[in-house]
Amino acid sequence: MIRLEKRPQPSKVWGTLTPVLAVIATMIAGGILFWMLGKDPLEAIRTIFWDPLFHETFGPYSRPQLLVKAGPLILIAIGLSLGFRAGIWNIGAEGQYIMGAICGAAVGLAFYPSESILIFPAMVLAGAIGGWAWAMIPGVLKVKFGTNEILVSLMLVYVAENILASVSQGLLKNPDGMGFPGSRNFRDFPAAHNTDLIAGTGMHWGVAAAFIAVILAYILLTRHMLGFQVRLTGEAPRAAKFAGVNPTRLILFCLGTSGALAGLAGLFEVSGPSGQVSIDFNAGYGFTAIIVAFLGRLHPIGILLAGLLMALTYIGGELAQLMLGLPGAAIQMFQGMLMFFLLAMDMLSHYRVRWKTPAAAQEGAN
Amino acid sequence: MDLGQINPLLLLASLMVAATPILLAAIGEAVVEKSGVLNLGVEGMMITGAVVGFAFGVNTGAPSIGFVAAAFAGAALSMLFGVLVLYLKSNQVATGLGLTLFGLGLSALIGKPYEGIKAPTMAKWEIPLLSDIPVLGPIMFRHDPMVYVSLIIVALTWYVLTRTRAGLILRGVGENHNAAHALGYKVIRVRLMAIAFGGACAGMGGAYISLVRVPQWVEGMTAGAGWIALAIVVFASWRPWRVLLGAYLFGGISVLQLNLQAAGVPIPVEILAMSPYLITILVLVVISLRGNHGAPGSLGREFHATH
Repeated sequence: MIRLEKRPQPSKVWGTLTPVLAVIATMIAGGILFWMLGKDPLEAIRTIFWDPLFHETFGPYSRPQLLVKAGPLILIAIGLSLGFRAGIWNIGAEGQYIMGAICGAAVGLAFYPSESILIFPAMVLAGAIGGWAWAMIPGVLKVKFGTNEILVSLMLVYVAENILASVSQGLLKNPDGMGFPGSRNFRDFPAAHNTDLIAGTGMHWGVAAAFIAVILAYILLTRHMLGFQVRLTGEAPRAAKFAGVNPTRLILFCLGTSGALAGLAGLFEVSGPSGQVSIDFNAGYGFTAIIVAFLGRLHPIGILLAGLLMALTYIGGELAQLMLGLPGAAIQMFQGMLMFFLLAMDMLSHYRVRWKTPAAAQEGAN
Repeated sequence: MDLGQINPLLLLASLMVAATPILLAAIGEAVVEKSGVLNLGVEGMMITGAVVGFAFGVNTGAPSIGFVAAAFAGAALSMLFGVLVLYLKSNQVATGLGLTLFGLGLSALIGKPYEGIKAPTMAKWEIPLLSDIPVLGPIMFRHDPMVYVSLIIVALTWYVLTRTRAGLILRGVGENHNAAHALGYKVIRVRLMAIAFGGACAGMGGAYISLVRVPQWVEGMTAGAGWIALAIVVFASWRPWRVLLGAYLFGGISVLQLNLQAAGVPIPVEILAMSPYLITILVLVVISLRGNHGAPGSLGREFHATH
């Protein structure tokens, strides 16, 4: 008979090991899935995880994409992880991402065709504020009225999507666009364009911001009082209460930070890789970032690695679509599976698994 | 703009159709939450039910088989959640989110070959005598069978929860799992059954969207209906008849919104389209002003029997 015994403290060894095991388990289960779809499982796994980086023809094109895709994922996931640690569930990052992009882009477009060097910093600021303000809605409602932040933040994603549809056909529509929906392209607006910092690497300002966010989050969590309070609230809510942690401040801080970072990610995307505000410029990064945060065990360094891995599955998925005709949705499912395996294996770090003979179990019960 | 174009009778009749998917999902989730488990995967189970129900409906030509298949698919997916949460003690919020993300991917994968096909039509039941009542007849008694099935499920849920021993045990497990365990009730087994029921209901609700409401398969077509169902459970203070009220109110808003769009009211389409979500937020705020009365005591808490 199998018994679970709660560990007094989560095991550190299993904590680092489980994400790796989950990735391996997902590869195996994914291989079976691809096999059922009539593809060679080994070839599919290699196309997703190896070819984007090391294939002679695709590698040079895909490698920069890795940073382009990982940047927003890491930036959003870092913000989310702070709240998740403290039991504050912002799952509407997708909406904050959209609002950040709209606000930032609007500021830039308002000054078209100025060449001032202040435009891009102003856009960055507006992007952060847009995301922050959108996340403050569930934040303020939670602290003022105790409204559930999970549902409110998610509902606001649909509201943001409608706003996006509206502005890309109206307010921000390209006046020289011959009636096509979508804003001016930032590629034709150098002062506001988020180009590669080092040409051909995919390293744009958003990626730089993601790395900075990782470092700052690490310092916050290990060296700063506020970070300590975040950790304490998550691990021992009662102790946090006695220690005088101000829950209102914590909620607003966690939601606001995650919103601002998601808004930044949106702004960097819209002014760089995506290039324009259009109805479907958002690619679901806000939701995938939830998986990234958990895969990285809510730890900044873990999130950095998880973001890179998840970016790899995006690029590899596109490659597999192209080369093997694998449906694009298979990758989405693959990512969902990863989350499941991770949550299932998390048990190993919180519990000790004991095998007992029925007789011994009986004895234990008495 | 022509508001005279909106026929109040048709509006009320289509309200019941618009509300049924959310009603089914919400009544299932109400039972799950009554047993003390918070399953945020409703959206994922609904969309999976939508695609599986549609596939079976199209292939067999019988929507009823589609609904049965959707119920099984929803229940099967919910068992994945159940095992993770109840046996492997994973975090309920995170696992529910995972279920939604997984379900969205799974449904997109299954649904690819079914895009652009029309669903087989489901015959309407004209209930003899009742459907001939003026005004009330066309509104209430000329619908497809699933509308009545959903109402029967609500009534049965109310009966079982409040009038039977099984319902008492389920509520006991949800209020205080340690006490229920000490009394010798099988907390995990009760919860597993509740989760399966919730999954089956969500699956049928999803299938109602793809087989009756739209009726087509479109990727991501549930568009937040599962999340709205979760909000309605809170709105209803976990009571079956109030779930019905909430779902029908919501159905009314979404139908009215579509009618206003069609009538060409000078309000931007996007504002009308976002109104159901804004109203949900508003309702949540109003409900939380009143305080969270009726939330089961053990809702969302991890249960670990030490002996």
